[in-house]
Amino acid sequence: MARQIQSIERAAAILKLLSSGQRRLGVVELAQYMGLPKGTVHGILVTLTHIGFVEQDRATGKYQLGATVLRLGNSYLDGNELRNISINWADALAARSREAVQIGTRHDGGALIVHHVFRPDDSLQSLEVGTVLPLHSTALGKVLLAFGAEELDDVLTMPLERSASRTTVSSRDLEIELGDIRTGGWAGEVNELVDGQAAIAAPIRDRDFVVGSIGIRGAVERLCEPDLSLRRGLVTFVLDAATAISRELATPSPNHP
Amino acid sequence: MGNERFIAAIDQGTTSSRCIVFDARGGIVSVAQKEHKQIFPQPGWVEHDAVEIWKNVQEVVQAAISDAKLGVADIASIGITNQRETTVVWDKLTGEPVFNAIVWQDTRTADLVRELGSPVGPERFRERTGLPLATYFSGPKLLWLLENVEGLRDRADRGEVLFGTMDTWLIWNLTGGADGGRHVTDVTNASRTILMNLRELKWDETILQRMNIPAAVLPEIVSSSEVYGMATGALAGVPVAGALGDQHAALFGQTAFAKGDVKSTYGTGSFLLLNTGDEPVQSKHGLLSTVAYKIGDAPAVYALEGSIAVTGALVQWLRDRLGIISKASEIETLAATVDDNGGCYFVPAFSGLFAPYWRSDARGVIAGLTGYITKAHIARAVLEASAWQTREVVDAMQADTGIAMTELKVDGGMTANNLLMQILADALDLTVIRPMVAETTCLGAAYAAGLAVGFWDSVDDLKANWHRGAQWEPVVDPSRRAREYRQWKKAVQRTLNWVEGEGADDPSR
Repeated sequence: MARQIQSIERAAAILKLLSSGQRRLGVVELAQYMGLPKGTVHGILVTLTHIGFVEQDRATGKYQLGATVLRLGNSYLDGNELRNISINWADALAARSREAVQIGTRHDGGALIVHHVFRPDDSLQSLEVGTVLPLHSTALGKVLLAFGAEELDDVLTMPLERSASRTTVSSRDLEIELGDIRTGGWAGEVNELVDGQAAIAAPIRDRDFVVGSIGIRGAVERLCEPDLSLRRGLVTFVLDAATAISRELATPSPNHP
Repeated sequence: MGNERFIAAIDQGTTSSRCIVFDARGGIVSVAQKEHKQIFPQPGWVEHDAVEIWKNVQEVVQAAISDAKLGVADIASIGITNQRETTVVWDKLTGEPVFNAIVWQDTRTADLVRELGSPVGPERFRERTGLPLATYFSGPKLLWLLENVEGLRDRADRGEVLFGTMDTWLIWNLTGGADGGRHVTDVTNASRTILMNLRELKWDETILQRMNIPAAVLPEIVSSSEVYGMATGALAGVPVAGALGDQHAALFGQTAFAKGDVKSTYGTGSFLLLNTGDEPVQSKHGLLSTVAYKIGDAPAVYALEGSIAVTGALVQWLRDRLGIISKASEIETLAATVDDNGGCYFVPAFSGLFAPYWRSDARGVIAGLTGYITKAHIARAVLEASAWQTREVVDAMQADTGIAMTELKVDGGMTANNLLMQILADALDLTVIRPMVAETTCLGAAYAAGLAVGFWDSVDDLKANWHRGAQWEPVVDPSRRAREYRQWKKAVQRTLNWVEGEGADDPSR
């Protein structure tokens, strides 16, 4: 068994103390409980405060659990739950855009499709729920990369695989594009996953965290202007749907217990 | 919004009233919703305040129209869909209800229903009405009011009071109330009174006599899609032009217009309706015969209905009572961790079995337990229970009609559960289709109201609005399907004869 790291054990002990009993404790009390010098405990508290795990009450100077640590246990959003909450908005997006709708979440270095609404033209289509799309060559995936920095390095260390004529294969180009996506709030994809296909996606947020992406996918000639720029009206539809779902996630409705 | 016009659909449900504004493509423009009080005066009794419901309906209609940034002039017509069988009687001159509305779930008429059936039994009026005598239906509830509200019988005989289900109550109030409001009921709601002759679509004189119900209190039976009257008040001038009971509206919203079309709505319980064309089919397998819809002067279209008491409610039970899951959607995540049920079957006969068994003496079982079974197997068995119960109703429908189904149209909250939809396709050996607009109940009411004013020209226009949102094909090996269905039926047998002293075949339970 590897050696235990003492400072982490001590930080965890502080969090445990703050999560039980009176929940608001001063440095002196914490030091007494733990049998440690005040300075040691204070140093740990400063670090925990810096990362948002602990907050200091301004009036009393006492410490309590921070919002970040409270959210840790809840921030994981099940894909099935996301589908449940999104289903009506995804239907509405398909109806307005007349294109197929997909919702993606991060999964094993890819974008897992957790919901799919057929393009409303009654052509033969099959359900793609469960398929994992590459992150760098899809609008759904690029949104997840742009707004969830922790996987960026993993992707950029592996060679970016080309699957179509306009796939981004240079990590520098991808980084620039992700910056644009963060600024613009949405991602586009034209001839990048499959030639002839285009897609638009936007982030779904659970308060601060991006938990998924929603977008439409269809033929380049329907989604794009003649100059291959994505049609603004469709982008607005996608952004509207993403905003509506994010709002629903932020305020749990009685319909989704 | 220019010249574009819209339809407002009111969904007066058991727990809330909603209004959805639809555009010409059947797309949702806005939604407003308000819950109302559930009143439980004693065990088995459930009431609503009809005045509160009327107030809420006015509020949600206003809210939905203003949320869509529309004015009354933009609304081409109003349609209504409603909780079925809930019964209200009110004063013709003041519009004041004489008693709270008695809700469909209310069982206060259990004894009354037994008396009415004797000595023939609950099947007494089935030939005429398509229904067995049971506590749900509104006729016995009306009779209870006549016998238990002081002075009501005399007032009814003098023609001072009016009876209606929620469609009737809302249409009367919308079209002017005491000041000239129309006293009508749509034929689908009328078919749930057990007072209407199913073939003639008229109040059945013989039954009215046997039940001692004065014809003067009854509304005029009208079609599901015609202009009943013009709204007054805040909605002045908008035609009130469509009404359908909720399950009938869902069938209509699914555009299940062809004989053999079948839909299943998955809520806390589930309702399957099969379009049987222009002839009512008398069920020999525990299903109800009902009117599917009637568009204006066109002949009525009939349906067979099968209800399942517990489907979504079993998932809630797992969450709230056992705590195996913390959110309803987790059932799918948990069940997907195993490939099969491990031999475990869950028959949720919590208050007996509905169609096609109608056994009030049955109680729930989990069968086939071994040390191998985990909570994931139980989660899977829970989902399979919805599928096998659907299969049994579908089998009864095929046995009654000889219609060979090829697909099942689904709607309701549980259709968000992909695994359940796949299990359903596998259990039924049918294609399962979810439409793009899952709000089929409201949509059906909107369609009826829109057809009546020429907003849509024909049912073909409506069919063009219907699009599949998702589709599941059966993939399971036929021998596995057959073996699991056999096991399910064995599990069902183990639920029977549990409650002592309660007989079989009592559809009122």
